[in-house]
Amino acid sequence: MRFGYDGQPVLDDVSLRVAGGEFVALVGPNGSGKSTLLRILLGSLKPEAGSIRIFGNDPDAFDQRWRLGYVPQRPTLASEVPATVEEIVISGRLSRRGWWRPLASDDRAAVMHAIESVGLGELAKRPVNTLSGGQQQRAFIARAFASEPELLVLDEPVAGVDAGSQHRFSDALSHLIREHHAGVLLVSHELSAVAGIVDRVIVLKGRVLFDGTPSALMHEGVSLGIHPEDLPLWLEGLR
Amino acid sequence: MSATLSFPFQVDFMQRALVAGLAVGIFAPLIGIFLVQKRLSLIGDGIGHVAFAGVGAGLLLNVWPVWTALGFAVVGALGVDWLRARGRIAGDVALALFFYSGIALGVVLVSLGGGLNANVITYLFGQPLTVKPSEILVILTLGGVITVTMWLLRRPMFAVVTDDDWSRAAGLPVDGLNSLLAVLTAVAVVAAMRIVGILLVAAMMVLPVASAQLLARSFRGTLAIAVCVGAGSVVVGLSAAWFWDLAPSGAIVLAAAGVFAVVSLVKRAAPRALRQEEHG
Repeated sequence: MRFGYDGQPVLDDVSLRVAGGEFVALVGPNGSGKSTLLRILLGSLKPEAGSIRIFGNDPDAFDQRWRLGYVPQRPTLASEVPATVEEIVISGRLSRRGWWRPLASDDRAAVMHAIESVGLGELAKRPVNTLSGGQQQRAFIARAFASEPELLVLDEPVAGVDAGSQHRFSDALSHLIREHHAGVLLVSHELSAVAGIVDRVIVLKGRVLFDGTPSALMHEGVSLGIHPEDLPLWLEGLR
Repeated sequence: MSATLSFPFQVDFMQRALVAGLAVGIFAPLIGIFLVQKRLSLIGDGIGHVAFAGVGAGLLLNVWPVWTALGFAVVGALGVDWLRARGRIAGDVALALFFYSGIALGVVLVSLGGGLNANVITYLFGQPLTVKPSEILVILTLGGVITVTMWLLRRPMFAVVTDDDWSRAAGLPVDGLNSLLAVLTAVAVVAAMRIVGILLVAAMMVLPVASAQLLARSFRGTLAIAVCVGAGSVVVGLSAAWFWDLAPSGAIVLAAAGVFAVVSLVKRAAPRALRQEEHG
């Protein structure tokens, strides 16, 4: 797949696949094309060459949106009007139950399960804009969980989040992969929070510099402990 | 009907004002809560100024100004939304462009149609005490359309105004819902202009919501309180207008502003009183 802005190539010869039950971490420095790749995957940008398939479908023709969970990059909720954690997470059921169908018992169970899996059970009735940045981010992760997705895409979900929330975040992703056999594509600068559960690391800098297991990355002389901003430089230096 | 209503709503024209006013007090916050959440509180004001051009066109063409105002307001609302969504110009500049062009066109059309008269003043500042049954029917019909539409679309609309990035990924028609919200805002402006006037209509969308968000702890609670504040402001404003011979539209909006002032003061004083109690 290839993509560029105004003739300037951003992504070239990028090819990757995420399978069910697989946890893939996508890392790279600023401007490496990570966000562009996510926007192409979510269907808001079109590749210049090549194609994207979501569960075998063209993004435009893909109508089972509940199968794809998304956690956007957002440090805090810019909410003028109070909205509770529960109200935000209920939104996550929209693509599964439709716009008009009243919440059924299975919807309520899925919402509460999602809220509890990120450790916000006691805060379900609290307005999201009164929570810490880490708690807010967990509420957005719960919204993505609520549709019981088969692929979860997360854009910098733990940027600026406290250590306790990062730990709960890692547990929640493990739970999603283990119990629901969901695939996870995580774009993050903070791989230390998920180092123990990542199956594959993809290092991107306009093209894929590395695609393999964390142990294979270590064989190249790079560990996940190195700040991901520096990963491509290390890899380039090693090659 | 007159036997069941208390003073001063025993008089026919006050009853008509109450019915039309309550409709506005209910449907205006239903739109306003989504505008406030999107940080577009002033869009109703901008669309009101475009509607004024429609009033001018109606008076010039000898057509009922409500219909021409509706046409101008809907086109203006879609124009603002189109410019804002495509990022051609900043949101506030898009508003200003329509705001000033609308009022300027209105002034030109009104002057061509015979100048500023009592009819124009009625649309600019509102006059619920002279509202006719046919006008009430239009207000109730337009208000009913707004209420039913917002009720049916409350869930996707909430998702879109809270987080449009996520909503796009979830497959919601974000642009379509934003355009629909703009159109319904235009409908609300026109439906309410005969009661509170083009210059004050945005206040009835925003002030009840501003008070409610200080009191509520959920979106649903904010909506319920905002509707109560909107309807209550109409009752208090109309009563004050009767007893003290005030302009009713201004009195209604001042009542809504008064609620906000009281709630703000109480919210600010309450934690202080609690602290003093703890230390005492």
